[in-house]
Amino acid sequence: MNSAQYSHQASVSLQDVTVELDGHTALNNVTFDVDAGTLMGVVGPNGAGKSTLFNAIAGLLPVRQGKVTLHRVDQSGGALAYVPQRESVNWRFPVTVTDVVMMGRRCRLKWFRRPGKRDRELVKECICRVGLWDHRSALMTELSGGQRQRVFVARALAQEASVLLLDEAFSGVDAGAQEGLVEVLRTLRDEGRIVLLATHDLTNLAGRFDEVLCLNCQVCACGPPDQVFTPQVMEKLYGAHGVRLATDGGGS
Amino acid sequence: MIDFLIAPLEYGFMVRALIGSILVGVMCPLVGAYVVTRNLAFIGDALAHAVLPGMVLGFMVGINPAIAAIPTGVAVAVLVRTVSRRAGLSSDTSIGILFAAMFALGLVMLASATTIRVNMEDLLLGKVLAISPTDIYVSLGITVIVILGLFILHHWLLFASFDPVGSQVVGSRSGLVDYVFLVMLALVIVIGIQAAGIVLVMAMLVTPAAAAYLLVRRFVSMMVLAAALGTASAVTGLYISYHFNVPAAPAMTLVASGIFALVASFRRRALA
Repeated sequence: MNSAQYSHQASVSLQDVTVELDGHTALNNVTFDVDAGTLMGVVGPNGAGKSTLFNAIAGLLPVRQGKVTLHRVDQSGGALAYVPQRESVNWRFPVTVTDVVMMGRRCRLKWFRRPGKRDRELVKECICRVGLWDHRSALMTELSGGQRQRVFVARALAQEASVLLLDEAFSGVDAGAQEGLVEVLRTLRDEGRIVLLATHDLTNLAGRFDEVLCLNCQVCACGPPDQVFTPQVMEKLYGAHGVRLATDGGGS
Repeated sequence: MIDFLIAPLEYGFMVRALIGSILVGVMCPLVGAYVVTRNLAFIGDALAHAVLPGMVLGFMVGINPAIAAIPTGVAVAVLVRTVSRRAGLSSDTSIGILFAAMFALGLVMLASATTIRVNMEDLLLGKVLAISPTDIYVSLGITVIVILGLFILHHWLLFASFDPVGSQVVGSRSGLVDYVFLVMLALVIVIGIQAAGIVLVMAMLVTPAAAAYLLVRRFVSMMVLAAALGTASAVTGLYISYHFNVPAAPAMTLVASGIFALVASFRRRALA
């Protein structure tokens, strides 16, 4: 894709966002900003509200208090792409890599319009960018975990999204494929897109992300990885075990 | 052999039965492809049972039961989704509640309406040989509407079926797409009930589509093959019914099940 063709200058801002799920507070007064061209990791223990945060940003969950603002994004829809957790995808549904990437074009087309030549060319470019052209006719079930994630990234590219939310993108993906995925995400970051990736994996966070948001129902820390992973923050995230992680060099 | 095929068509009721069977054989598996891949078999079965009050009402007020069943099917389809969303219940639970309640209502109406004479067995097992010209027109109308709907919504349906959350994020229309799909499912079930009855319409909806799922890789190919297998099952079942004097809907079901068993024994799709 010609990256100069689209201008990605979006920013995401959350101001005192509180979200309730089934009567309990899943996110409490969450405030942070992300500027264009940022690759941000969102870390925290199970139940910390990482997926809830993404759902709130994506508009899938109502915000009880506070405000989520997407600045300078295309209001026609499609500016925000969501890569779901693997459990919420219907893998039984028989679609190929090309079919999935073409889904990204859907929101750019009018209700009754079928994808045209330009859409097909764009889809081809996006599949090539993530290095899966040789697998274009493969079913999604035939791909490895890392390849599947790259297909979703290609779909976000086809969608011309400025903001990408990847929920547990490293789950079921081996270390080598994780690095490959991060490499692709860095190129998107360099084009000015915002990439938020929720992960449990604390390995090499400093090498992977520009900024890290430490979340445990509320923001424990947010900033460059080498600054946020203090023993105090790790204790807020993971309790007593977190202190040991910090002293053992977790997150570095 | 020619005689075997042509002789039954000397009778008008057999020509109508053949047209009805072909429409059911095409439409049920086309929509059934989504039912199989989206795990919606239970809702299909539930909708088939839930249209009973509409059909009984049709008999009571003297209008075609297929026409009377349409609003009931559509209402239940919409209610299922609304109840699960509003009450925070799983779809299966909402379906179970509505399906049982509607079927019970139909049975009570049938027992209370002393002025009408309806054979319950015909409703449950279908009566393809009694299809009227009006039934054929209704089925043709529904067929056109559903095929147009499937064509126009194809890409949205693919997206919502594969990745419901992702499709919701890119446009609020995905919720609408799900509603429209359920309405199309209800319409197709109404056609199917005429030929296969409330109990066996599930066979036409699910079995050919499941056999096609095992044989081909892509979803569109699966839809086309499912429609072909469904038509073959319905037509073969109809001829078996005529020549061997057995009920049509069970014959169609057994042919479809036989095809599935044959396919499944030779081919097993790798599951995700």
